[in-house]
Amino acid sequence: MQAQGLVKRYGEREALRGVSLEAGPGELVAVIGPNGAGKTTLLSILAGIVRPDAGEVASADGTVGWVPQQAALYRRLTVEENLLLFARLEGHEDPRGSAEEMLELTGLGERRGEIVARLSGGNQQRINIAIGLLARPAVLLLDEPSVGLDPRQRARLWEFVSGLAGRGTTVIFSTHDIQEAERYGGRVLVLADGESLFDGSAGELREAVRSEAPEAADRDFETAFVAYLQHRGH
Amino acid sequence: MRGVRWLLLKDLQILRRSPLQAVLLVAYPILIAVLVGFAISRGPGDPRVAFLNEVPPDTRINVGGEELPKTNVKKQVCERVECVFVDDRDEAREVVESGDVLAALILPANLVNRINSLSTLTPGVPEVEVLVNEENAVKAELVDDRITTLLAEANLRIARRIGNEGGRYLGLIVNGGEFKVLGETIPILGLRTSARILEQVTPALPPALRPALKEVTEFASQARDNLDVAKPLIDRLAQPIEVDKVVVGGESPPLEIFAIAVAATLTLAFVVILLVAGSLALEREENAFPRLTRGLVSNTGLLGEKVLLGVVVGLLVTLLMLFGMAIFVPLEWGRVWLWLIAILASGAALGAAGAALGAAAREVRAVSLLAFMVTLPVAFLSLVPSGSVGTVLFDAIRYTTALFPFKPALEAITAALDRAGPGIGGPLLHLAVLFVAYGFIARLALRRFSAV
Repeated sequence: MQAQGLVKRYGEREALRGVSLEAGPGELVAVIGPNGAGKTTLLSILAGIVRPDAGEVASADGTVGWVPQQAALYRRLTVEENLLLFARLEGHEDPRGSAEEMLELTGLGERRGEIVARLSGGNQQRINIAIGLLARPAVLLLDEPSVGLDPRQRARLWEFVSGLAGRGTTVIFSTHDIQEAERYGGRVLVLADGESLFDGSAGELREAVRSEAPEAADRDFETAFVAYLQHRGH
Repeated sequence: MRGVRWLLLKDLQILRRSPLQAVLLVAYPILIAVLVGFAISRGPGDPRVAFLNEVPPDTRINVGGEELPKTNVKKQVCERVECVFVDDRDEAREVVESGDVLAALILPANLVNRINSLSTLTPGVPEVEVLVNEENAVKAELVDDRITTLLAEANLRIARRIGNEGGRYLGLIVNGGEFKVLGETIPILGLRTSARILEQVTPALPPALRPALKEVTEFASQARDNLDVAKPLIDRLAQPIEVDKVVVGGESPPLEIFAIAVAATLTLAFVVILLVAGSLALEREENAFPRLTRGLVSNTGLLGEKVLLGVVVGLLVTLLMLFGMAIFVPLEWGRVWLWLIAILASGAALGAAGAALGAAAREVRAVSLLAFMVTLPVAFLSLVPSGSVGTVLFDAIRYTTALFPFKPALEAITAALDRAGPGIGGPLLHLAVLFVAYGFIARLALRRFSAV
């Protein structure tokens, strides 16, 4: 997936200022930044939901799966009914087979008949992602997928997402948790006030933080990262 | 279209999964059908009025020498109200105060004597007493109307008797005859006979007296002719104005058919608007809207699916209600195909209005409130008949209600139910225009919906 010079304005406010991004097959890219940095806007543009004011987006095979921050599924339907509905809407030849496949992938096969509203936030998020995967996308966009999940649910979620990347899916996820970005992101894109501050590996980000905010280098990474943002004027 | 089918199925599944909603959708039309059906088939109940007759039993009403049977008075009163007979004034006051009856009608002991005096030279003023408990405005209005009507009828009957008696006296003066007073019969010559006698004796009188007598004869003739004219005038005094009703327009169906049409249209409007607006807002509340419109279904397809959902459920609920009402009031089964056309067209226009509302708000609860706030006043305003309010206000109401599909839906369903009403073509055309207009507004609102 390639994005070049993306600009998005909401009235007077510039949500994105010429952000570019490139991600190859099987790559896990973390988009990190404080609240209001433009993470959701970037992912929405990559997903084709929001049109940019300037810049271009291209995906090699055109299929982009999108998983919004809040679970986008029907809480009064069962797990299986949700998967079946979206498989049918995607026009799958064998929607039942596709739903079955996703149930297996999410490990929710035994809970297929349960109403989604009764599931935990973590399980709802797994179905949310599974629905995003029904289109069999080459690129999967996850908008803050771990928000509201407990540590155990988070671990399960990232195990699941890492498995997808391992099978060749390009995964671009947004988060404001620096440790999560460092741990799971093969590459990290730092956004602040709509501006791209850094694009590189987690190790390179550590180096950049250390060199730009040496006074915070001995402290934990999150504190050092905040100091780095302040040094960059954010 | 593939997406629309699966979304419709999904919405029906969600509807079925909400037991309260599903029960309401079935129970509501049945309940309304039974209530309206009972109300229409049984007609309005007579108000309960306490009745106390203090007139001595042997007293007879005698106006102009003619006796009126007293039972007639009681019969007249008790035909129009449900009479509760009481024994004395205290009991009458008690039942009124307790709310057991709307009012008490007391015929005082001197009533008949005073009525009888009306045709004498010393007429009295007959009075009846009415005790009322005006605990609410509607009750007070009802009592006033019923009692005013009863008294107007009684006054009319008595006035006719008095008029007849006056006419009889005039007849005696003009034509002559016999007049009975205090058991004696007094012969009355009459103007006609007097004039004839005078004409006969005139030739026998000296010529000098003839001019004076001629003047008397002429006066008698003039008086006779004028009094002949006076009799119909006295007759008219009892009821000077008569009503000659000519229907020149606004041919209307029977009241019970109109009541059924109102109940059916209200049900259809609430079911369709709430369902369409609510299910559209639900897509947003469940965050599913952006996922759906990202290539799975178009905005127009999504709107079409919601309107279709409203039309399908609205049609079933309204038909259920009409079938229920048919148990109480005979409906013309030969016009069922017109019912279907009217309900489908109304449902589509109401659904488009619901979609416009649903696209304007974020949450299901906000949408439901908005739908009620719009539908209820429009429904009430649509029932305001012309002439009941000022011209300017009625014009404002007419134009306002024309912008919403309730009124044309009511007209279409009324026309479909009964052939006596206005034609169905106009309302169907009106509904089609509103369907297109609201569809366009909903489409615009949905674009804003996507952008937020």
